[in-house]
Amino acid sequence: MLKKIRLTLATLFFCIITLLFLDFTGTIHAWFGWMAKIQFLPALLALNLGVVILLVALTLVFGRIYCSVICPMGVFQDIVSWINGRRGRKNRMRFSYSPAKSWLRYGTLVLFVAALIAGVGSFVALLAPYSSYGRIASNLFSPLYRWGNNLLAYIAERAGSYAFYESEVWLKSIPTFIIAVVTFIVIVFLAWRNSRTYCNTICPVGTVLGFLSRFSIFKVRIDESKCKSCSLCTRGCKAACIDYVNHSIDYSRCVDCFDCIGTCTHGAITFSAGSRKDTLSGTVNHDATASGQASPAAGTSRRKFLSITALMAATATVRAQEKKVDGGLAAIEGKKVPERAVKIVPAGALGIRNFARHCTACQLCVSVCPNQVLRPSTGLLDMMQPEMSYERGYCRPECTRCSDVCPAGAIHPVTAEEKSSIQIGHAVWVKENCVPLTDGVECGNCARHCPAGAIQMVPYDPADPDSPKIPVVNTARCIGCGACENLCPARPFSAIYVEGHEVHSEI
Amino acid sequence: MSSKDNRNISRRDFLRTMGAAGIATAGLPACAGGNGSSTASGNEVPEGQMTYRTNPSTGDKVSLLGFGCMRWPSVGGRSAREGNEEIDQEMVNSLVDYAIAHGVNYFDTSPAYCRGKSERATGIALSRHPRDKYFIATKMSNFAPSTWSFEASRAMYLNSMKELQVDYIDYMLLHGIGMGNGMEEFNARYIDNGVLDFLLEERKAGRIRNLGFSYHGDVKVFDYLLSRHDFYKWDFVQIQMNYLDWRYAKQINPNNTDAEYLYNELASRNIPVVIMEPLLGGRLSNVTDNIVALLKQREPEKSVASWAFRFAGSYPGVLTVLSGMTRMEHLQDNLRTYSPLDTLTGEELDFLQDIATRMMQFDTIPCNDCKYCMPCPYGIDIPAILLHYNKCLNEGNTPASSREEGYRKARRAYLVGYDRSVPKLRQADHCIGCNQCSPHCPQRIDIPKEMQRINDYVEKLRQDTL
Repeated sequence: MLKKIRLTLATLFFCIITLLFLDFTGTIHAWFGWMAKIQFLPALLALNLGVVILLVALTLVFGRIYCSVICPMGVFQDIVSWINGRRGRKNRMRFSYSPAKSWLRYGTLVLFVAALIAGVGSFVALLAPYSSYGRIASNLFSPLYRWGNNLLAYIAERAGSYAFYESEVWLKSIPTFIIAVVTFIVIVFLAWRNSRTYCNTICPVGTVLGFLSRFSIFKVRIDESKCKSCSLCTRGCKAACIDYVNHSIDYSRCVDCFDCIGTCTHGAITFSAGSRKDTLSGTVNHDATASGQASPAAGTSRRKFLSITALMAATATVRAQEKKVDGGLAAIEGKKVPERAVKIVPAGALGIRNFARHCTACQLCVSVCPNQVLRPSTGLLDMMQPEMSYERGYCRPECTRCSDVCPAGAIHPVTAEEKSSIQIGHAVWVKENCVPLTDGVECGNCARHCPAGAIQMVPYDPADPDSPKIPVVNTARCIGCGACENLCPARPFSAIYVEGHEVHSEI
Repeated sequence: MSSKDNRNISRRDFLRTMGAAGIATAGLPACAGGNGSSTASGNEVPEGQMTYRTNPSTGDKVSLLGFGCMRWPSVGGRSAREGNEEIDQEMVNSLVDYAIAHGVNYFDTSPAYCRGKSERATGIALSRHPRDKYFIATKMSNFAPSTWSFEASRAMYLNSMKELQVDYIDYMLLHGIGMGNGMEEFNARYIDNGVLDFLLEERKAGRIRNLGFSYHGDVKVFDYLLSRHDFYKWDFVQIQMNYLDWRYAKQINPNNTDAEYLYNELASRNIPVVIMEPLLGGRLSNVTDNIVALLKQREPEKSVASWAFRFAGSYPGVLTVLSGMTRMEHLQDNLRTYSPLDTLTGEELDFLQDIATRMMQFDTIPCNDCKYCMPCPYGIDIPAILLHYNKCLNEGNTPASSREEGYRKARRAYLVGYDRSVPKLRQADHCIGCNQCSPHCPQRIDIPKEMQRINDYVEKLRQDTL
């Protein structure tokens, strides 16, 4: 019965959380966005104390239920392990007891906390379970989902229906994609062999909750008087935490899957409350270690050698082509990412430092960004944490999706109205690329599309009112949305681009 | 017509009419189904019954249906001027064979059509038939100023003969007279460099059997050329004529001239008239539901397009009516209409005039997808943007306010359909207003202005602030 409840809830959580990463229409978030917000590490980083206290209390009462039900990474491993077990009884009962690898667990936790305090977001993101799963979902599952959608959109288009629309699939960052693939392979490999190895050796959340769960009220208990030491429970325990010889269970590793209760043919195992001596002692201070970190040395000046757009087939523009025939389409050269001194992060992030401190690089915002603006960074310190760029779209005034979904407090919720007055960067004009000067045509597209009215066109030569008009940016009004950069006709580099601001401000 | 208020009012009117039309057309599909659907009807295409008109100067017996070679099919099945696919030569051959077998003998092309590849494709298809089975019309095109010299023009003329695989041209036209800035451009293109004199010589030498011009735009040039008719002896003139342009061309665009005037001027001088745009680039075949209902009520078994062709063919001074037929169904439908022509009665002409008046209530942009504006150097797909707008207008998917009934659905249809018909990078928001396109537009649409107007509208839909 307990196992059935666990399975039902776990399936529900896992499916919906995965859908949060797949759904690009924003429908599911309206209903189930909270499921991302109750994830342990994001809630901790968001200083969402209510959730953290709830999860700690849950663990102190029932043990590591969180790991079995709420954590998508945990459930993902269960699924892989279950598939292996489907191949026969021998595989299903392939586990054995092994002593806890405490040095590895606590060592990793110490490193993790140190990285968190030092602000090495990339290392934090690498280990955090929810982020790792998010990366797998957004890098590997989401493209499949979107291709499926695009197929439906293709059919719908031919059927004259507007039920489905096409969504773009593109590789947002090679390093992040590679990390996601490697994580996926490692996790699948470990789970295929020994199921919850990751949770009980590497996962920092598992270590913290494991420490707590040793003191939980309800526990899986072995009635020594009924136990025949048949070893069935041990061989079926995916956490490798039941020592049937000594009738003891390592509660720091037990994830409350309740498999053993059903496996035991003698009815010797129960899930119950009761005072019992604990088997292990811990040394780590269990409280929220991240709440008082020092200021991280946020690396801001970065050089980017990887230009994503270079992956696209770049063809030469037919600039100012002489018109001899009618029809046909001019080739459009892809835009390249300009070198920005300071990266751009979304409105609601407050600033680079706040963003870097809280972001777990789960890719949820990247998955939901409908304008192809957010993508994982390739910088060393903040690798995988999202940043903005405007080659494929710009941060549209009506959209607040990333701020709606962020579970970690890296992007605080903002309304569209608030967003319109938050300055996340400012536009910079690049004379060499500006088409009125290079092509001798009238333009003004940046000024025309600036939602803040921050750009006006003035004659290049102050003495000659008929000289080509160039844009001038009123940086006091510019909010850094990137409409000008995105819609600039100059290619591959726009004649106007956005520089990020260290700290966002209101205009 | 062009003021913003008017647009709003007519859109509102339009929606109101649409509602009425919805009721009116409700019973229609059932009728059509009972009779076997009209366009794809199993009607045989009659052979040997094509209506012919005689050219008074050469005695040519020209089929009333002329084949316009501006919209040859491409391998993707679309017209070759969309996208960048190659022309589907096999399909061109079978269209030409079928047309000739059913009596069509006039083929109209130009060095500019189909990204410059129409003449070659036309030549390949026609050279498989005896030279006396068809008349070829091509043009001295005027797009690029670099071709405006005498030498470049002569080269263009000789190249046309080479591509078309002929040693004489039956019908030679000065292309798009009146475009650009009127008389000035006309003089620069054809008079000052002696090109027109050269063509007159060629006519004398018999390598050009008929010399004429196609007219778009500034009526001063048209009037001037007719005033010199005694000198030039125009063998024919090509004009845009259809039941909408007959009396409303000027109302649609103040720079244009009603076809009624143009036709009467030519008819009074006994100059044979060649008709282009009888369907206004498809706008007279793809009409709103209430218009479909009215036309079909009178002729349930005939296509909507057949009315427009009967209109153009009913004027006795018309030598041939050009249709840019991309698909076999278009060809067959038009062949049915003209084999033989069923001349419109006076009452039917009045009926079409009434239809035209109704159509004027819908504020569509007068783009007929001729693609003379293309390619846009900045990659915009101008006709696709305009046609999508027109389509949504016709289908009632351009709500004027978010409080309108069905706003959500219409918004989705407009925006999703927009992304489907025009790739994001080719949408109106990328128009920089360089205005290189407008001088090429035969309908004289102020393209940058329309791009910005449509983009403003799209932005309102996207931001949901309508």
